[in-house]
Amino acid sequence: MGILKFIAKRLLLSVFVLFGLSILIFLISRVLPGDPVRMALGPRAPEWAVQNLREQMHLDEPLYAQYYYWLSGALHGDLGQSLFTRRAVVDDIKEFLPATMELALFAGLIMAVFGILLGAVAGRYSNTWIDNSVRIFSYVGVVTPSFVFAILFLLLFGYVLGWFPTAGRLSPGITRPPVLTGMVTVDALLSGNFAALGDALWHMVLPAVSLALGGMAQEARITRSTISDNLRKDYIAAAKGFGVPERLVTLKYLLKPSLIPTVSILGLDFASLLGNAFLVELIFNWPGFSRYGINAMLRKDLNAVSAVVMVLGVVFVIVNILVDLVVAGLDPRIRLGAERGK
Amino acid sequence: MTMGSRYGSAFARRWEGFRRGWYKFSRNPVSVVGLVFVFSISFLAVFAPYVAPYPEHAGRFVNFSEASQPPSWKHLCGTDVFGRDILSRIFFGFRYSLMMGVVVLALVVPPGVVLGLVAGYWRGTWIDTVVMRITDIFLAVPPLILALAVCSVLTPSVFNAMMAVSLMWWPWYTRLVYGLASSLRNEFFVQAAEVVGASRTHILFREILPNCVSSIFTKMSLDMGWVILIGSALSFVGLGAQPPTPDLGTMVADGAKYLPDQWWIAIFPALAIMITVLGFNLIGDGFRDLFALEEV
Repeated sequence: MGILKFIAKRLLLSVFVLFGLSILIFLISRVLPGDPVRMALGPRAPEWAVQNLREQMHLDEPLYAQYYYWLSGALHGDLGQSLFTRRAVVDDIKEFLPATMELALFAGLIMAVFGILLGAVAGRYSNTWIDNSVRIFSYVGVVTPSFVFAILFLLLFGYVLGWFPTAGRLSPGITRPPVLTGMVTVDALLSGNFAALGDALWHMVLPAVSLALGGMAQEARITRSTISDNLRKDYIAAAKGFGVPERLVTLKYLLKPSLIPTVSILGLDFASLLGNAFLVELIFNWPGFSRYGINAMLRKDLNAVSAVVMVLGVVFVIVNILVDLVVAGLDPRIRLGAERGK
Repeated sequence: MTMGSRYGSAFARRWEGFRRGWYKFSRNPVSVVGLVFVFSISFLAVFAPYVAPYPEHAGRFVNFSEASQPPSWKHLCGTDVFGRDILSRIFFGFRYSLMMGVVVLALVVPPGVVLGLVAGYWRGTWIDTVVMRITDIFLAVPPLILALAVCSVLTPSVFNAMMAVSLMWWPWYTRLVYGLASSLRNEFFVQAAEVVGASRTHILFREILPNCVSSIFTKMSLDMGWVILIGSALSFVGLGAQPPTPDLGTMVADGAKYLPDQWWIAIFPALAIMITVLGFNLIGDGFRDLFALEEV
């Protein structure tokens, strides 16, 4: 019961946050200078055409009315028309979002698994050469912009060594599996097309690793410091003194509570991963949502920009709720606190 | 006389504290390395016109007879496709990176901290609710994306990039200070000040704020690095500094077009970004250890 209340509270807060975000992004896109209609139609378009499109987009009405039209449209699944692709923004999103989610989830998985693994090993064997190498790796990972990783990997593994493909999601010779989810790997798996699955994974390695490294370094750093702190705690010595097997002590008594701070920042790291996807998709020519978003931004495509930011807001809110749930599962203080109605 | 000696002793106490802090800080070789990086970069940035081998290459300059030269003794980091010395441009690039960090933090820290203090002190009232829910909204989207969105509606320039990042960055300080202030407000020294009738401003700025300074300071030195990273990302996609401005992010973006063959055009500016961010990070970590902070 407690956990349900916890979720309900988080959901309510999320709805509020998204509502606020919609106002924020609406203000950003409408109040700041620049005439999007003129930009979309070009400087030589006749005045009546500009006026027509302006009326069609309600740009000639007061701000609160514009916001009302925009929000009521958004709630009915209509985010307006892109000024450049000339299609409904919702259709564009449906087409491009799966590619980005696929990449981001793959990168997120790499980030979490390897970050925790590296941090745990470094913390368990602290002040050895393993620990020092992980620390150096963390510094490099944290300070390097992901677009620099992307460029370096593209250069080294793509062009010089030729181990990985340099652009796109699939090689030309591979037939694309039927679109079910839009995520090529999942579609390939569902249709049993293992050649396409392997090829799609192959294409994802470089962009996903470039995206993952920054967060991975962060996760490794935090896991390392909590593990090496907890290792010195009395309850670990007590467990060992009782003769609890070493593996059980490490996995259950040491690792599980040490993961709480790491998981808590996973949400933030995933957020910066989504932000960096804007640059990495551009570099690897990944036909995803972020590349669509950055192009919309470069062309001042108002409807598309607002929609992109809103969708990412929704994704981020969902990720944060999931993270909170995992933390609650790991941390009995939060879980039991919620059950006591605190 | 008494006044003078009292202030004198306060100063001496402060000096003593600073000396001890410096001793602890300087015992950590990693922080000292960070300090050396940041000092060298600041020196090169400030005196770029005097220390750069070819200061005239910073802006609009073309010399096709020396275009795309690989690193050599004449051009330590090579030249770009216009024949401009990359090392000189990196020195000038440090100026824009540091300016980005300093301006953004100068704009962001005061309002962020004040809002955090106010919301934390009046915890549980409507002030707390309003301020903290607004910060939640700003924190609901990755900062890079909101900054990109703001930049996209403005004319791309270094100044607008700074404004965009500033607009997105204050909530982090509000959240940090809110957490500290809302627990400090129950401390005895705050209650004592309330009881003797100290003004609200006195309580906020003379009782609570001094106890948050070490955290704010640490976060600022780490954030210098993050802001520089975000700034370089904005320039990289073309929404920040515009060519021929010698901005490190712009230089990486330009160089990326000539990559496999003329690697030096992109790689050296990229290394320059990394070293700058690393310097601030190492210092920030040094502060964190020094003040024994966990929450920053």
